[in-house]
Amino acid sequence: MMDALGPHAGFILAAYLAAAVILLGLATTILLDRRAQRRALAALEERGVGRRGGSTS
Amino acid sequence: MASLTELANPARFMRLSGILLPWLTGAAALLLAIGLYLVWFVAPADYQQGETIKIMYIHVPAAWLALMFYSMMALSALGVLVWRHPLADVAQQAAAPIGACFALICLLTGSFWGKPMWGTYWVWDARLTSMLVLFLLYLGVIALRRAIDEPSRAGRAVAILTLVGCVNIPIIKFSVDWWSTLHQPASVLRLGGPTIHASMLWPLVITALGFTLLALALHFAAMQAEIIRRRVRTLTIFEAERLDRLSLQAAQ
Repeated sequence: MMDALGPHAGFILAAYLAAAVILLGLATTILLDRRAQRRALAALEERGVGRRGGSTS
Repeated sequence: MASLTELANPARFMRLSGILLPWLTGAAALLLAIGLYLVWFVAPADYQQGETIKIMYIHVPAAWLALMFYSMMALSALGVLVWRHPLADVAQQAAAPIGACFALICLLTGSFWGKPMWGTYWVWDARLTSMLVLFLLYLGVIALRRAIDEPSRAGRAVAILTLVGCVNIPIIKFSVDWWSTLHQPASVLRLGGPTIHASMLWPLVITALGFTLLALALHFAAMQAEIIRRRVRTLTIFEAERLDRLSLQAAQ
């Protein structure tokens, strides 16, 4: 593999690795954040907290 | 405009994005798999740059997406300032980290491409510097948002900064035409059509489409998270007010 990529294989692989790490990190952060927010909302709703129930109007 | 506002309703967005997200993710995965197969097993090496041309297939889409997400943020900024639409603010907030990541990928892959081809990781030429400015603008937008506690004030401040930063977009695009740069001129999105061979153009187009759908899927997911966060914040405030009232009644 490294031979087929020629003398600059390290640069090519480093570029792909950097992109993969950044995109995986981004996707993981977004998905974990969304899960945390969903859990927080579910916990509030489970306690009966709601706009109509909680407001004075 | 009424129908656009109706479509941009957060509840409707949550429903539509919930339906679209699996399809977007699946299509992105399929296109990226096909594109990367073509890049690694079909597309030829460049007659001058050899196999380092493989870096182009992530560098160029990352650059396009960094510019596209900033342009999208600028449109959302107009939505925030002119129509004060909450979904525009959500879209703008969710887009900033994604655009920043693609700008960073563009800068890093460009450096890894530049070293073997130019003999250096970095030069302060107009294209590279304006791209670095775009990355710093993204960081500035994220930092400004976090520095202001009140969401609507933060949204307006970020919208103004985003619109001011817009001046950098045409500078990035035309820097290679306006100034003498080490970076090559445009070879795909140019008047007169692409100058690269179809055997390299198609893998580039397919990977670019795959990265675009992936970025849109991430944007939808980040917008969903932000909408839920704002709902949680509102409910928490209502709950705190209710508990305050109860404790006041108990004290009387």
